[in-house]
Amino acid sequence: MKLVTAVIKPFKLDDVREALSTMGVQGITVSEVKGFGRQKGHTELYRGAEYVVDFLPKVKIEIAIADGMVDQTIEAISKAAQTGKIGDGKIFVSSLEHVTRIRTGETGEEAL
Amino acid sequence: MENDIFQLQYALDTFYFLVCGALVMWMAAGFAMLEAGLVRSKNTVEILTKNVTLFAVACIMYMVVGYSIMYGGDIFLSTITGSGVVEGGEENATYAPSADFFFQVVFVATAMSIVSGAVAERMKLFAFLAFAVVMTGVIYPMEGSWTWGGNPVFGMYTLGDLGFLDFAGSGIVHMAGAAAALAGVMLVGARKGKYGPNGEINAIPGANLPLATLGTFILWLGWFGFNGGSVLATASVDSANAVAVVFMNTNLAAAGGCIGALLLAKVMFGKADLTMALNGCLAGLVAITAGPDTPTALQATIFGALGGLLVVFSITTLDKLKIDDPVGAISVHGVVGLLGLLLVPVTNDGASFSGQIIGALTIFGWVFVTSFITFFVIKMVMGLRVSEEEEYEGADLSECGMEAYPEFAK
Repeated sequence: MKLVTAVIKPFKLDDVREALSTMGVQGITVSEVKGFGRQKGHTELYRGAEYVVDFLPKVKIEIAIADGMVDQTIEAISKAAQTGKIGDGKIFVSSLEHVTRIRTGETGEEAL
Repeated sequence: MENDIFQLQYALDTFYFLVCGALVMWMAAGFAMLEAGLVRSKNTVEILTKNVTLFAVACIMYMVVGYSIMYGGDIFLSTITGSGVVEGGEENATYAPSADFFFQVVFVATAMSIVSGAVAERMKLFAFLAFAVVMTGVIYPMEGSWTWGGNPVFGMYTLGDLGFLDFAGSGIVHMAGAAAALAGVMLVGARKGKYGPNGEINAIPGANLPLATLGTFILWLGWFGFNGGSVLATASVDSANAVAVVFMNTNLAAAGGCIGALLLAKVMFGKADLTMALNGCLAGLVAITAGPDTPTALQATIFGALGGLLVVFSITTLDKLKIDDPVGAISVHGVVGLLGLLLVPVTNDGASFSGQIIGALTIFGWVFVTSFITFFVIKMVMGLRVSEEEEYEGADLSECGMEAYPEFAK
């Protein structure tokens, strides 16, 4: 099993979610985060004083999936989340050791 | 028949006072929301607590001793009997004496609440309230007694005779509040991190601009009572006409102030700064407060716009002088309060520039010096400022023990 983590632009969340349910992904976790890669921040103004905002709002999606679905998932997310402009985000894949469904106690791929 | 008409006039004028007083009381909600919106979330509960309690302190202290200093009569308002009349008092009263107190006390609270925004985010709550006791019990009533009270200044000169005229209080209320605020800001110091070591001015953005905007609109509405009620009557053709002019001019000045500030901010910063526009509305209102009855509609709009332009310059200049005022209170109420006074002779022959200046210096001098001394004594006795660690954590936790926007509440 793998944990796919994607950091994307916030307005792309709906597109990504739709693409994932089209491919059969059943559950995702979403959090609001801030970050930057090579995009860097921008300057804002408040009552005449300038300040730099380094961290940009992003959305982080986490999906637990079976090994065989990883490539499809990455492709689905990439296509849905891409704008071609700087700041589109990244996808990380890590190994998932254990999954339990809390309600029933099922574990492993059945719990995905 | 004549007596019936008199009764009706008395009742209507009393009613008018009370409704206008209630509108001015509503300005307390405006200040509370404006300030809550312009501070950081970790300091929100503290500033709200300050706003609620200073209003209560003002009402009580003015009842205890302030009103008697300003207008005479015994302390604790004991000259007003249970049935609401003054013992052995004026047979020529045209409205209820308690209505007079009610209308006046909300002005005191307004003056006091100007200070709370300027010292926000770093002054101890109880140090502030200790100051409020003195300001509303003595400092404001003294200068009020020399102006609206008509008494000579320490027996030396009488402002009204010198051509001083302040219709609803640009100087008496707003500039006075700002003078106290300035004393407080100088003694409490700037917020940590506001000014850098090489002269940088760092932005500390407010946490809730919708609240700040709501607060501004509430103040705008309440101001109709502030200026409108200062006509002091409505039950005749003349006074009704005056009231209507005052409402109209007050509204137009706010509008002018908003646009003036917005356009200047756009020119100076390249963007439309909402907080400047909000300050601009209030600046327009302050600018017209000394004389809303004599200008034409166009003049009132222009006066307001001048206030709006001036307030933007003042806010940026005070920052350069390292006077940290999170909500712009000193600029809106003090600098523009002075402008308001100086605009009166332009349309009103009953006032003179020299009279306005002498009045302004008297009010500012008295309030600033006595406030400075009071804040200084409080600083020595209990300290004015929260500790550095408390400032980083936020005044909400250290002073009030609760959060305004709890992260993990159900």
